[in-house]
Amino acid sequence: MELLLILLPFVSLLLLNLPIKRWGRRFGFWVVLAVALLQICAVCLPWLNFFGGDPTGISALFNIKLAVDGITKVLLLSIGLVSAAALFTCCGVHGDEEKRFDFINILLVALMGMNGIVLVKDLFSMYVFIEVVGIASFILIAFQKDRDALESSFKYIVFSAIATIIMLSSIALLLLFSADTSFASLAIAIKGSSANLLVIFAIAAYISGVLIKGGLMPFHGWLPDAYMAAPNSTSVLLAGIVTKSVGIYPLIRIVHSVFGYSASMNSVLLAVGAISAVLAAFAAITQSDFKRMLAYSSISQVGYIILGLGCGTALGLAAAIFHLFNHSIFKSLLFVNAAAVESRTASRDIENMSGLAQKMPWTGATSALACLSVAGIPPLSGFWSKLLIIIALWTSGSYFYAVIAILASVVTLAYMLTLQRKVFFGEVAPSLSKVTEAESPFVVPAMVLAGVLVFVSILFPLLINTFIVPIGGIF
Amino acid sequence: MGMLDAIILIILSLTVLATVMTTSLLQAAIGLAVTSALLTVVMFKLNAPLAALFELSVCAGLIPVIFITVISLTKPLSNEEMKTESREKMTRFWPLPIVFILAGIIAAYLKIRISLKLPMHGPSLDVRQVLWSVRQIDLIGQLAVLLAGAFAILVLFKEMRRK
Repeated sequence: MELLLILLPFVSLLLLNLPIKRWGRRFGFWVVLAVALLQICAVCLPWLNFFGGDPTGISALFNIKLAVDGITKVLLLSIGLVSAAALFTCCGVHGDEEKRFDFINILLVALMGMNGIVLVKDLFSMYVFIEVVGIASFILIAFQKDRDALESSFKYIVFSAIATIIMLSSIALLLLFSADTSFASLAIAIKGSSANLLVIFAIAAYISGVLIKGGLMPFHGWLPDAYMAAPNSTSVLLAGIVTKSVGIYPLIRIVHSVFGYSASMNSVLLAVGAISAVLAAFAAITQSDFKRMLAYSSISQVGYIILGLGCGTALGLAAAIFHLFNHSIFKSLLFVNAAAVESRTASRDIENMSGLAQKMPWTGATSALACLSVAGIPPLSGFWSKLLIIIALWTSGSYFYAVIAILASVVTLAYMLTLQRKVFFGEVAPSLSKVTEAESPFVVPAMVLAGVLVFVSILFPLLINTFIVPIGGIF
Repeated sequence: MGMLDAIILIILSLTVLATVMTTSLLQAAIGLAVTSALLTVVMFKLNAPLAALFELSVCAGLIPVIFITVISLTKPLSNEEMKTESREKMTRFWPLPIVFILAGIIAAYLKIRISLKLPMHGPSLDVRQVLWSVRQIDLIGQLAVLLAGAFAILVLFKEMRRK
C-alpha cells in the first residue's frame, strides 16, 4: 500500500480545492494532519502490515513498482513528523486563513514529492520527484513576497537549476551504458564500466548535483538566506526534512544502491562531510540571527551525516541514517522554538534577548533539550548518533576524520550553549518583561518533537538492535 | 558527423550565445525559439521524432509565445538605458564565447580519446507504452509538477490580481 503515500497527498490536494464553499479552508488542516499521521502510523505500527499487502487493491490499478527498506521507513517517519510540525506552526505564523490554505496546498505537494523521492527505485523518477519538491520549495520560500523572500527564492532557483542540469546530464550519460534508469540496472552497468571516464564524470556530476540540493559546503550559498527569508513554518519544513529529502537521501541512496562504495568515493564524502561539519560550525558561532545560526548549524550537522556515509561500512550507514532522523527532529524543534520566540518578541536578534525561559517555560525547556541534543550531550539522541558516527569512522580507519568530528562537536557545543544562554537564560531583558508563553500552534509541535527526542534518547539501547543497526544491513 | 551536422551545431552555438548575451528581452525570446527550432532539426537527424516534435511545439512554440506575451506587458528600456545595460552585459559575459570555444575543443578532443563500448539495449518500446505503462510513476510526478506550477501562480500573483 506504499503507493497510497504518494497518491493520498495528491488526491487530498484535488479534493481540498473542489469548488465547494470554504470546504478546503475549513478541513485543510485536518486532512493534512490525517495524511501525516497515517504515514507515521504506517512506519511505527508494523502490525498494520502497511508495506506488505494491499487489501485496498489500489496498487493493482497501476503498473508502479516501489521499494521500502529500513532507510525508506526512517525517512517516511521523519517526513510525517516534520510535516505535521510545520502544519501546526503555520497556524501560528499565518493568521490569514487564505495564506494558511495556500501553505497547506503547497505542503501537500511537498509531502507527495518527498514520499515519491524516498519510495521510487529509479534514478529518473527520483529526479522527477526532486523537481516536485523543488518547485514547492521555491513557492514556500517566496511566500512572504517581500524583497528578501523573492531574492532568496530566486537564489535557490538558480542553484537548483544548476543542480538539475548537472543531474539530468548525468542520468543521460549513465543511460548510454545502461538499458534503463532503475537502480538495479544502473548498478550492474556501472560495475561493468567503472573505469570508463564518462561513467566517472557522470557519477561525479550527480553527486555534485545532490550536494548543491543538500546545501553542503562549498555548495551552501542559497541555504542560510532561504531559511532566513522564508516564513517560520517553511523554515521548519526546509530545515527539518526538505533539504534532506532532495539532497542527502538521494546521495545516500545512490551511493548505497547504485554507485557503490569505493576508496575514492569514500574520500570525497569524508572530505565534504568534514569541511561542512567544521566550517559551518565556526560560521554558526559568529551569527546573531536566531534562524541564521540554526541554518549554519544544519549545514554542520548534515556534514556529520555525510561523514557517517563516507565510512563505507554498514555501521557508518546506520549511524548516518540515525543522525539524519535525529537532526530532522531536533532542528525542526529549534525552528519551531525560533518561530515561537519571534511571534512573541518580533525579533530574531539573539543579542537583544535574555531570560526568555522565565517568560516562555515550555519553549525554553524544549529548546534546551534540542540544543543539548545537537551538541551531543549524553544521554540525548544527538549524543548516540554522533557517538555511532565517530565509532564508525574509527573502526573504518578514518582516525583523522574521527578527531575532526569530535572537534566539530566541541564547537557545536559552544554555539548551542551561547544560543541557549543569550536567548533563554539570565535576567529577563526589560524590553521583554511583558512577553508571555507562545500560543499552542508553537507549543504543541515543540512538545511532541521534544517527546520524540526524549523517547529516542531513553530507548536507544532497545532501538539500536531492533531499528538502527538493521538499517545498515549488519544483521 | 557530416558537414551539415557541423554547420547546424555551429549555428546552434551562435544562437545560444546571442540569446544569453543580448540586452533585449524580445531578442532573447526569439533567440530561444530559433535555438529550439535548430535543436529540433538535430533531434530529427538523431532519429528521435517524438522528442523533436515536443521540442518544436513546446520549446520553440509555446514557451517563446508566453515570454513574448509577458514582455509585451512590460515597459521597454530607453535607448540610453539599453546602451548602458549592453555595456555592463558585455563586461560580465565577454569570457562566455571563449569558454564555449574551449569547451568545444575539449569535447572534440574527448570524442577522439574515449571509446564507448555501449551495452546492448533491450527491445525498444512504443512511446505510448513507455508513457502510459512503463513510466506511470513519472506521469504522476509530472502532474504534481503542473499542479505545483498552478499553485505557484495562484499563491504568488493572487494579491496582484486583487489589486
